[in-house]
Amino acid sequence: MAEIRVENLLKQFGSFTAVRDTSFTVQDGDFFCLLGPSGCGKTTTLRMVAGLELPSSGSIRLDGEDVTFKRARERDIAMVFQLFALYPHMNVRRNIAFPLVSVGTPKPEIRRRVEEAARMLRIEHLLDKPVSGLSGGDRQRVALGRALVRQPKAFMMDEPLGALDAEFRHIMCGELRAMHDRLKATTVYVTHDQLEAMSMANVIAVMNGGVVEQLGSPQDIYDRPASIFVAEFIGSPAMNLLRFEGAVEPNASELGLGGVPVAIPASREGRASGPLALGVRPEHVALVSEGGIRGKVVGTEYLGTTQIVTVGTAYGAVKARVSSAQTLSPDELVGLQLRSAKLSLFAGDTGKVIRSTLHEAPHAASRHRKTMNSPHAPGAAHV
Amino acid sequence: MSANAHSVVEPSAGAKLAASVLVILYACVALIPLLWIGLTSIKSPPDSIAYPPKVVPFVHFTPTAEGFCNLFTTRSRQTPDYIAGLPPSTGGCDEVARSRNMVVVGASNYVPRFVNSLIIAFGSTALSIVLGTAAAYAFSRFRVPLKDDLMFFILSTRMMPPIAVAIPVFLMYRELGLSDTRLGMILLYTSVNVSLAVWLLKGFIDEIPREYEEAAMIDGYTRLQAFWKVVLPQATTGIVATAIFCLIFAWNEYAFAVLLTSGAAQTAPPFIPIIIGEGGQDWPAVAAGTALFLLPILVFTVLLRKHLLRGITFGAVRK
Repeated sequence: MAEIRVENLLKQFGSFTAVRDTSFTVQDGDFFCLLGPSGCGKTTTLRMVAGLELPSSGSIRLDGEDVTFKRARERDIAMVFQLFALYPHMNVRRNIAFPLVSVGTPKPEIRRRVEEAARMLRIEHLLDKPVSGLSGGDRQRVALGRALVRQPKAFMMDEPLGALDAEFRHIMCGELRAMHDRLKATTVYVTHDQLEAMSMANVIAVMNGGVVEQLGSPQDIYDRPASIFVAEFIGSPAMNLLRFEGAVEPNASELGLGGVPVAIPASREGRASGPLALGVRPEHVALVSEGGIRGKVVGTEYLGTTQIVTVGTAYGAVKARVSSAQTLSPDELVGLQLRSAKLSLFAGDTGKVIRSTLHEAPHAASRHRKTMNSPHAPGAAHV
Repeated sequence: MSANAHSVVEPSAGAKLAASVLVILYACVALIPLLWIGLTSIKSPPDSIAYPPKVVPFVHFTPTAEGFCNLFTTRSRQTPDYIAGLPPSTGGCDEVARSRNMVVVGASNYVPRFVNSLIIAFGSTALSIVLGTAAAYAFSRFRVPLKDDLMFFILSTRMMPPIAVAIPVFLMYRELGLSDTRLGMILLYTSVNVSLAVWLLKGFIDEIPREYEEAAMIDGYTRLQAFWKVVLPQATTGIVATAIFCLIFAWNEYAFAVLLTSGAAQTAPPFIPIIIGEGGQDWPAVAAGTALFLLPILVFTVLLRKHLLRGITFGAVRK
């Protein structure tokens, strides 16, 4: 198992820059997620780490060894592809054995290891079946078996659950995470699905436009988004952004939003007057009858224990996640009360967060390692 | 994965029946020339030109191997006295020849011509497939400079009838010493077929996801190994379909064969009409030569028909 260190990676296809100045370190045993919308460069980054694309510049180190320009087969990395890429002309056993055959593993050894992998994935009964008749989940398991059979330094996974239906994806999420915990294998996982990333990764890199927007634990990314992009990309519904014009003094702990004072975590940076955006998660918005930022209820979505209430305000529509017990009628005038300790303030022009005491919370910079097979990150629990 | 997933609406029983009737009717019409070739090959020369035509064997005419005998042998005409003075016939074709006042003097050139056809057709097909697969793979997978222009150039070689370049090819072959050689014919047919092979095979290889090779390369194989172990097995259908098209062209080609071969490398198509000239119009021998000539393609196609069907419908039915 290995540490992967990516430094200043750049990849250009002709005049198009797919990945720009990307650096990150995947520590030994990490479940590292590259998360972003399609076309953000996450797959290209993964392919460069795997050796399927060569970077235009930058370096990739695997356990300290520079593998930037090494061929894929010399890197000892396994990969699971989105469409599984199971060889259709081979049965399950030969598919799983394929990486072992390439290095000339003796036959009895191949047999033993293939069966071991199959046992771990509970597909022993499928070993002599052709891959063409397998269900999506079984194909997924065979692809995993092929990846883990040779005990590589690291696993690359390119949206491996993307081709599965929603229900099964959920099950495989749990299985993948459980397998990772058992093998302690360094894993780089590409997905556009924030739920997958949140529930499995211990470190997430959110990518956008070829750049890593934020690198951190799921909690970090959810609670302390580094940019407007991350704030809007993560969470369902996304973080509310109340856009207004104003200035921030260093150490300011209060904002005036149209005359309504809103307490915020004390800022560590100042900003001259300009566009600002106040970010607040729906679950940190309370609806009150008096005071607060006034708005009119536009609609409600009932979700069982909670409901999402959309309130039209002078700063745009704001979604609040409140208890289903609270009864609200359309067009009702309400006040929004924001939970001060959880507010993020962004510069409207650059999209960057304005640092505040929020970013100095004791666990802000630490990298949480999940030890339990928890199906959900705390932040994503209601989604 | 299965064809069901893509099928539209199951046709009604009536529609199926109508389609079957149409197909059978068409097959009957299409097969009449083949039937006639078969019948003529077992007729005697007078029966073959009789009017009204004799159709049913054993009723209208007595089947005979004379056509095949005449195809495989050369004979000389002798007086009945001379023939009567010969030792008793060894039977078979000798017997048939004597009944027509002839004696067998040796084997005809049909077998060597047929062998030439086999060597040239299968040789050029194999070469076209090897070159075509390699080129198609490169065009499909690599960033080749001027890829589109090159592909168009390859296609453009088929835009005029090959015979339009017959004279230059003839002169060139004479200079190079390739006239009337098997190698020359193999190269010629390959140069015609390789464009077809590249275009067809590129289509097939484009359909094979790159992930398969990438997976193989990550699994520790070189690109060449990945090509052999992963791409090629999946391209079999396309390769077989392409091979059949190439083979049919090379097997049937007549014009260049007439122009460029006369002896050592002559193929069957220019040889069969020559039979007509030898001692009258020997239609049964021509029919026998044609019937045998049809066999290799028939066998090849029947053996590989599964692949061919899937190949012809490629794109329409996804694996």
